[in-house]
Amino acid sequence: MPSIDETLGQYSELFILLAAMTFTVALIAFCWDLATASRTLQAVEDRLARQQVPAEAAVGAGRTGGGGAAEGAVETADESLEYAGQRRPAARIGVALSALGTLILAAGVISRGLAAHRVPWGNMYEFCTTGALVVAAVFLLALTRKDMRFLGSFVIGLVVIMLCAAAIAFPTPVAHLVPALQSYWLIIHVSVAVIASALFTLTFAMSVLQLLQARREATAMAGRPDRLAFLRVVPSALTLENVAYRINTVAFVLWTFTVMAGAIWAEKAWGRYWGWDTKEVWSFVIWVVYAGYLHARATRGWTGTRAAWLSIVGYLCVIFNFTIVNVFFSGLHSYSGL
Amino acid sequence: MSETAKTSGGLEQDRPDADAAAELARQAEAGPAGRAAAPDVTLPVLGFAGMLRWAWTQLTSMRTALFLLLLLAVAAVPGSLFPQRPANPAVVTQYLKDNPDTGPWLDKLQLFDVYSSVWFSAIYLLLFISLIGCVLPRAGHHWKAMRSQPPRTPRRLSRLPEYGALALAADSPVTASSAVEDAARLLKRRGYRVQVRGADTALPSVGAERGFLKETGNLIFHISLIGVLVSVAVGGLFGYRGQKIIVEGDSFVNTLVGYDNFSPGTNFSENQLEPFSLQLDKFEVVFDRESKTHYGQPLDFTAGMTTRDAAGAEPKQQTLKVNEPLSIGGANVYLVGNGYAPVVTVRDGDGNIAHQGPVVAVPTDGAYTSTLVLKVPDARPEQLGFVGLFLPTALENEQGVAFGSDPDPFNPRLYLNSYAGDLGLDEGEPKNVYVLDTAGLRVLNDRTQESGGIVLGPGETFTLPDGLGTISFDGLKRYVALDITADPGETGALVFSSLALAGLCASLFVGRRRVWVRAGTHPDGRTMVEWALLARGEDHRLAAEAAALRKLLEKEWLAGSARPADNGKNGGAGSAGATNS
Ligand code: HEM
Repeated sequence: MPSIDETLGQYSELFILLAAMTFTVALIAFCWDLATASRTLQAVEDRLARQQVPAEAAVGAGRTGGGGAAEGAVETADESLEYAGQRRPAARIGVALSALGTLILAAGVISRGLAAHRVPWGNMYEFCTTGALVVAAVFLLALTRKDMRFLGSFVIGLVVIMLCAAAIAFPTPVAHLVPALQSYWLIIHVSVAVIASALFTLTFAMSVLQLLQARREATAMAGRPDRLAFLRVVPSALTLENVAYRINTVAFVLWTFTVMAGAIWAEKAWGRYWGWDTKEVWSFVIWVVYAGYLHARATRGWTGTRAAWLSIVGYLCVIFNFTIVNVFFSGLHSYSGL
Repeated sequence: MSETAKTSGGLEQDRPDADAAAELARQAEAGPAGRAAAPDVTLPVLGFAGMLRWAWTQLTSMRTALFLLLLLAVAAVPGSLFPQRPANPAVVTQYLKDNPDTGPWLDKLQLFDVYSSVWFSAIYLLLFISLIGCVLPRAGHHWKAMRSQPPRTPRRLSRLPEYGALALAADSPVTASSAVEDAARLLKRRGYRVQVRGADTALPSVGAERGFLKETGNLIFHISLIGVLVSVAVGGLFGYRGQKIIVEGDSFVNTLVGYDNFSPGTNFSENQLEPFSLQLDKFEVVFDRESKTHYGQPLDFTAGMTTRDAAGAEPKQQTLKVNEPLSIGGANVYLVGNGYAPVVTVRDGDGNIAHQGPVVAVPTDGAYTSTLVLKVPDARPEQLGFVGLFLPTALENEQGVAFGSDPDPFNPRLYLNSYAGDLGLDEGEPKNVYVLDTAGLRVLNDRTQESGGIVLGPGETFTLPDGLGTISFDGLKRYVALDITADPGETGALVFSSLALAGLCASLFVGRRRVWVRAGTHPDGRTMVEWALLARGEDHRLAAEAAALRKLLEKEWLAGSARPADNGKNGGAGSAGATNS
């Protein structure tokens, strides 16, 4: 077994800290963008509305806070999610810094793998850092195709949380793997699990926004003032639901594969493919909840808000499985390195 | 646009309950006639059969499936909160002892056997009945749909979610009927099933449909889930699982008495055990000696084994490692644990050897601090018992308390208490070999006694008080803990879950859609072609498919020659023959 390169391991930790700082600044930029982009929009609309007041005094007077959109409707981002519209410098800074942070984080994660001569996902510290890298990379990849910058503060916020958790709660110096983890199934099973979780992260953020947006749309229908103005840069609830569904289908397939690969590995390592170990229980619960979500999307009366709640519950189970189960529950999967 | 539209309207088309609704609507239309036939029946009498049918309809509805799925998720959770008997019987016993008030209640609710409990089983069995009730009619519908022709061409294509039109210059060789033939050929090549209609009329058209694999995949997925369940059941019926500890130099023969622990499947019969044998020649362990932070962490466990397929068979040298089981005699052998077995000799008060051989010590931490129990029922005049610790590398702290500091045997020590009296082994009840009940015994040695505790290094001998004998620590061996399992349902589970995964991909990612192309001739001689696409179910790629289709058609008819006369979605156009330009 080649020796651990501890110097490189220390550089890796430094890279990861640096990445965490970069992402923190990116997060601030994204939050700034949410706050200002909607305000800019509002200002533009208010100006338009004021110009129209003489002509449409009656209509204008009846409105209290809502934007300049048609009566009852509510201003949201374009449903095609294409890049367009007004410039958003803060969002640009956020994206640029996220890209930079991702590069630095990639350097950190890869150097850790090189230092240990193995894939860098063998304990909680590594799950968190590699997970954060995949979340950020998947987000950036999605950004190249669609304008999902409205998710920035949520997704990058989560990346920052994961990196802080790694550095503060789970610091672990580089080391070899214990025999139980020395298997190519570690590479297959965990990498797919991390990708699936990253996708679930995106859809979780979308589902939360969908619920907020749906409430805002209902408020507008009822003619009450709009208190969630930052959601102007976010697409409509229906668009969010559809995009989240598309991503969730991919993530669900990957999760199904994760569970299957885990079962195959369990058969190799422990002599049974399923034994209701704590980790297995929660992976199963996650799978069933998302299966419920997919069913809900095809069940009358369960699309929209209820489906979004299921997607959120599914993600909470993912988080629970990753944190609480890894740290506090004992079971065969006790590899958290704590 | 197409994306959002399909969510509410289009999605329901494929649902069996939507079919049922359509059926209802049809019946409603036929209503007056039906009612006329039986005018005096006012209230429908459900009756027993009717009740059953009602219950069945409820059970197989999508809503029930969803409800049962969510219930299943909730019901699985307690199994992670309470210790489970199949995995950890000892922990459950301890839990019951520690919680004498709540424990028995939880036990009555089967919270220590969640996954074989009545309530958990009821949920998944209902779910699977619902699934069968759901899948069978769907399979029937699908079978019919696959063999029927693509649906008739709608009168107004422009109303469909994706619409396009082209006008071909009057001097182009393409006529209405050749255009339709071309379109049919292209669509067929793209995987559509096509049917040309009215080829010799003024407005020929082609109807096309593809993506039956979507529904096929969905059916395969759901049916495979049943297959997985059946495979699991087969494993539970005909499988077995046993544990065996083998010390270096010892061997094991696959018979019931050979096992330390054995859990047979419900329908297990002893002649399922092939008479293979295993001998542990050498067990090698590598600990990390380089890392400062993970010093002493295990890096590798390798067991060198001699195996025989049957009693007289050729011996084979094989290595067994974690994650690399041996496959022998229809069973798999797994390396699940290891530890030290100090070799100990006990001479009794009469000077006879009452015990000689390795004693399995159970490691409790990363430094292999191990607990050890030795019962010597053959000792005379009194039976002897020893309880204590084995430390591979013993160090003492300032208070003189020994602790294990390394997993390798750099300074092995035995720390034992000794007892004399009736060990209670003759009553015939099975006793845990790793536990000595000292309640009825007389203490010979421990730290509180004048005689002190027993401390032994390799080669040392300790003389027990009262002339009851001696104990000596002669050497050290390692042992492996093996799981030996056979699960005849395993292959089935793998095959069915792989099928389920494939079916799932098809179901989620194949787009089921219909295309119609119609052609006609404008009075000015141009050939007008229009087409439309419709998704069945969720399909966000419909627009992309429409674009691809346009490209194909343009390439077919316009390549190099004239530019398209009408190149866009011109909304209001009804039929091609009437397209304005
Ligand atoms: C063991 C129980 C079940 C599980 C784990 C399960 C899982 C799933 C999953 C993951 C999907 C989405 C993938 C796909 O479209 O193929 C799905 C779809 C579907 N399931 Fe189930 N299912 C179960 C039982 C049922 C039952 C009892 C019914 C009938 C009432 C049913 C009807 C459907 C239908 C109609 C779809 C298609 C929905 C769509 O196209 O989006 N399933 N099921």
